[in-house]
Amino acid sequence: MQLSTKHLLGIKELSPEDITTILTTAAQFKEVLQRPIKKVPSLRDVTIVNLFYENSTRTRISFELAEKRLSADTINFTASGSSVSKGETLLDTVNNILSMKVDMVVMRHSASGAPHFLSKHLPNTAIVNAGDGINEHPTQALLDAFSIQERIGELKGKKVVLVGDIMHSRVALSNIYLLKKMGAEVMVAGPPTLIPKYITEALGVKVEYNLKKALQWCDVANVLRIQLERQNQVLFSSLREYNLAYGVTRKLMDEINKDIVIMHPGPINRGVEIDSDVADGNESIILQQVENGVAVRMAVLYLLAGRKD
Amino acid sequence: MSKQVLLSPEQLQVTINRLAFQLVENYVSLDEVVFIGIQPRGIKISEQIVNSIRNICPGEKIQYGILDITFYRDDVREEFHVASDTSINFSLENKIVVLMDDVLYTGRTIRAALDALQDFGRPKKVELCVLIDRRFSRQLPIQPDYCGKAIDSTPHQKVKVEWATREVVMY
Repeated sequence: MQLSTKHLLGIKELSPEDITTILTTAAQFKEVLQRPIKKVPSLRDVTIVNLFYENSTRTRISFELAEKRLSADTINFTASGSSVSKGETLLDTVNNILSMKVDMVVMRHSASGAPHFLSKHLPNTAIVNAGDGINEHPTQALLDAFSIQERIGELKGKKVVLVGDIMHSRVALSNIYLLKKMGAEVMVAGPPTLIPKYITEALGVKVEYNLKKALQWCDVANVLRIQLERQNQVLFSSLREYNLAYGVTRKLMDEINKDIVIMHPGPINRGVEIDSDVADGNESIILQQVENGVAVRMAVLYLLAGRKD
Repeated sequence: MSKQVLLSPEQLQVTINRLAFQLVENYVSLDEVVFIGIQPRGIKISEQIVNSIRNICPGEKIQYGILDITFYRDDVREEFHVASDTSINFSLENKIVVLMDDVLYTGRTIRAALDALQDFGRPKKVELCVLIDRRFSRQLPIQPDYCGKAIDSTPHQKVKVEWATREVVMY
């Protein structure tokens, strides 16, 4: 089955079949990455631009590696040091790049909906959302799903809790869409100030303000980063207090006395949302998530490049 | 469209056994030989030939792997293909590799397989074993080293091994 969509703007636009196609293709690419030569010639004739209007380490490197492992040609663009500082608009920047015969755009932008805007103006260029504002981060949700499946089997019926800053997290929204579409049960846990008020009505997730209860309920805890750069009002009193109430600590893990899988999309604020001995412990699959990211992004790029109308 | 039986179940079994004997006859030792079935349709036939070799040479260690060539195709953007598993858990460095498929037609699959093999090491030699050779229809300079049956066919005909009835048919 080929993907039902031309772009990857968000998990919201994908069907459960699309998600399954991406995850099974990613498993094949993961095998490719174990070979002595970890590269396939599939996208030899494709040029991809990585447009990063916002900072990134993992996602940018992961996309770039995925593109290179597929033999695509890549161009990297970061907003700082470009003509964006001279006032060039997003559409002008992209159109100029595309006029040099670029086939796909991978974009991260601080404005929610920026890739959707681009896709309306550039219907013939495949656009991959690498994170837009507080809206979605679809490839992160896909690699999270892939990592969960790899560790504990199919998503259907699994209980997943997203812990922390749900309000500002595009990872949370993409994860909620994906997990619900694949039949998992989803809970969000965190301080009331960081959880949108009508989230149960809007997205059909459970809400829990007590972290210990949430951890006792779940099979998987995906701990989100406190997004200090997006906090323009005081939503909790201090990082130390946040850690005391909502930090995933070794003591808490011992108290719940249950095998759960710990995930984190990175970058980690060690000692704030998660303690080092949990992040680096046996229950953590944080580095596997990063490893799987390359395979999942290869699958997305491969499937979008190979799509026929 | 009329269906023509190219190999009956009995003939198919004889052919599989013959290919197995030919392969065994050709190598001094099976230690340096690896057998690779090409996904998806080369798996069934390669399993049968390899099993037949195991019966001929009991106790010998036989290395067998499966290879998916989807990511190496030259028509990635013309047609959608589902990728299947690859499982080659040994190095191909300095080995004699026998690629196995059911039907050899244009040769493009084998071209992609040769490309894919390079990513697992540098084989000493690569050979090709096919059940059916649709001769005079090649688009690339590729010929089989071991062939079950060579047939003449036109481009609009299809040749298939039907494992349910164990027949090779053309229609």
